[in-house]
Amino acid sequence: MTIYDLTLAELRARLDNRELSAVEVTNAYLSRIAATNPAVNAFITVCSDTAIAEAQAADQALAIGEVTPLTGLPIAVKDIFNTAGLRTTCASRILGNYISPYDATVISRIKEQKAVIIGKLNMDEFAMGSSNENSAFGAVHNPWNLKHVPGGSSGGSAACVAARQAVAALGTDTGGSIRQPASHCSVVGMKPTYGRVSRYGVVAYASSLDQVGPITRNVRDCALLLQAIAGHDPADSTSVNTPVPDYQAGLTGDLKGLRIGLPQEYFIEGLDNDVRKAVEQATATYRDLGAEVVEVSLPHTAYAVACYYLIATAEASSNLARYDGVRYGLRADNAENLIDMYMQSRAAGFGAEVKRRIMLGTYALSSGYYDAYYLKAQKVRTLIRQDFLDAFEKVDTLLTPVAPTPAFALGEKLNDPLQMYLSDIYTIPANLAGTCAISLPCGFSANNLPIGLQLIGKPFDEMTLLRTAHAFEQATEWHKRKPDF
Amino acid sequence: MKITRAEVEHVSRLARLALSEAELDSLTDEMDAILDYVEQLKTLDTEGIVPTAHAVPMENAFRPDEIRPGFTPEQALSNAPDRADSAFRVPRIIE
Repeated sequence: MTIYDLTLAELRARLDNRELSAVEVTNAYLSRIAATNPAVNAFITVCSDTAIAEAQAADQALAIGEVTPLTGLPIAVKDIFNTAGLRTTCASRILGNYISPYDATVISRIKEQKAVIIGKLNMDEFAMGSSNENSAFGAVHNPWNLKHVPGGSSGGSAACVAARQAVAALGTDTGGSIRQPASHCSVVGMKPTYGRVSRYGVVAYASSLDQVGPITRNVRDCALLLQAIAGHDPADSTSVNTPVPDYQAGLTGDLKGLRIGLPQEYFIEGLDNDVRKAVEQATATYRDLGAEVVEVSLPHTAYAVACYYLIATAEASSNLARYDGVRYGLRADNAENLIDMYMQSRAAGFGAEVKRRIMLGTYALSSGYYDAYYLKAQKVRTLIRQDFLDAFEKVDTLLTPVAPTPAFALGEKLNDPLQMYLSDIYTIPANLAGTCAISLPCGFSANNLPIGLQLIGKPFDEMTLLRTAHAFEQATEWHKRKPDF
Repeated sequence: MKITRAEVEHVSRLARLALSEAELDSLTDEMDAILDYVEQLKTLDTEGIVPTAHAVPMENAFRPDEIRPGFTPEQALSNAPDRADSAFRVPRIIE
């Protein structure tokens, strides 16, 4: 078996028994990236020099027995995380030359564990998109079929893990941006509960919805990486000070007594037949494993996309006001005065989808429309959140598709923003409710594109999600398939 | 029409975002379609419903008001498009 085919847990064992060194592992990945990235375009920055230095430091730590769960493991991160001394672009022209002066908290945490940061990953600009086509650094291609999208906005993160360019990756999820690309690339992706992981140093898109999470090759690796990044951070006042359990200890394989809910509103017209069949098959697997499966109702599901595109764009218009060409980022040099400098810099720096969302959000917050759009959406958010709390009175976890279709073709939805938004219909509600959810491989379409299964859990109960996902993985082989690439 | 081209132009000034004539045209159509879609929220009765700004119930997060290390002026200015001494330089504001 080649080095880059090993999982995080397998690499850990080989580093610990000195069968492999961190430098060997890092070099194997750098070669793999050099060979595959021209086709996939998952990386914006490959950290060749710093990665080798970090691997050498990890080997020194390993030599004296200073081992943490992530020591020496090459991890790639979405280019939305501030990384001191490295470029952080958010896949935008406006941050094209921005060098972070500090580390995001999640970056500090994995650095403290002496993980090797192997590169910064492509994404939809400012995490706005479902296809990774909205990048100033070019689209990412799905390793399972290079003519198809990898999903978005963490498309680079999912494609990189599927293409074996890093052992694991970090992404962010505001409306499905970890789970939908994980589903399209046949990898595991988790959006933890809002507040579980610090957002300090993560470039903000929609602050009441954004959350950081792992993208990995299997559920055990997901538990390992979540363990490293979860927990309260005084620098993020929205991170929650609640105990972080030992996630690996929870992977018991035992589902006796587990109650799984199927939200009837998720199995509707527009759901692709192959996806429906794969999810039904997964449901049958869970019954075989001893779980009790019941129908539940989330009555306000149909309103989630509309609700999201008002709240997220309103928050984005406010967050992205900081890109004004004054303190950092691109500045237009042809401006007549200060206001013109703002307007020209933003015009030159932002791509079409970012402009669209800033405009929509500014409109929704503007005088005379605030009550009708933004406030109304916040009230509907209450109803959507309550749907979940009611359902979790009856069941432990919800089982749904991740996306209505397998990965669509590059270019297919680029000129129809509303159709693109609707591809997030099954992932958005968990963000609005603030709860945790995971995507894991559960099949393939007739034309060999991956299909993902979503489990949505109670707030702060990532443990049940991981246990439930892990048991499915033990009973199936989907996660073992890799792209012919 | 949910939104006119003139309104889009007004919003672009609020957003400090210069748009070309072609962008104004396409954004008018796209925003109109999206606003038409979100119209469905109006069919829901939300009388008496408390708006959710934050999905996780939380109290204010207080911390001691202590002096802690921050950026040096050089760090803070390290990405400045233009600077003068330890200040960000911008185009003239007052004629």
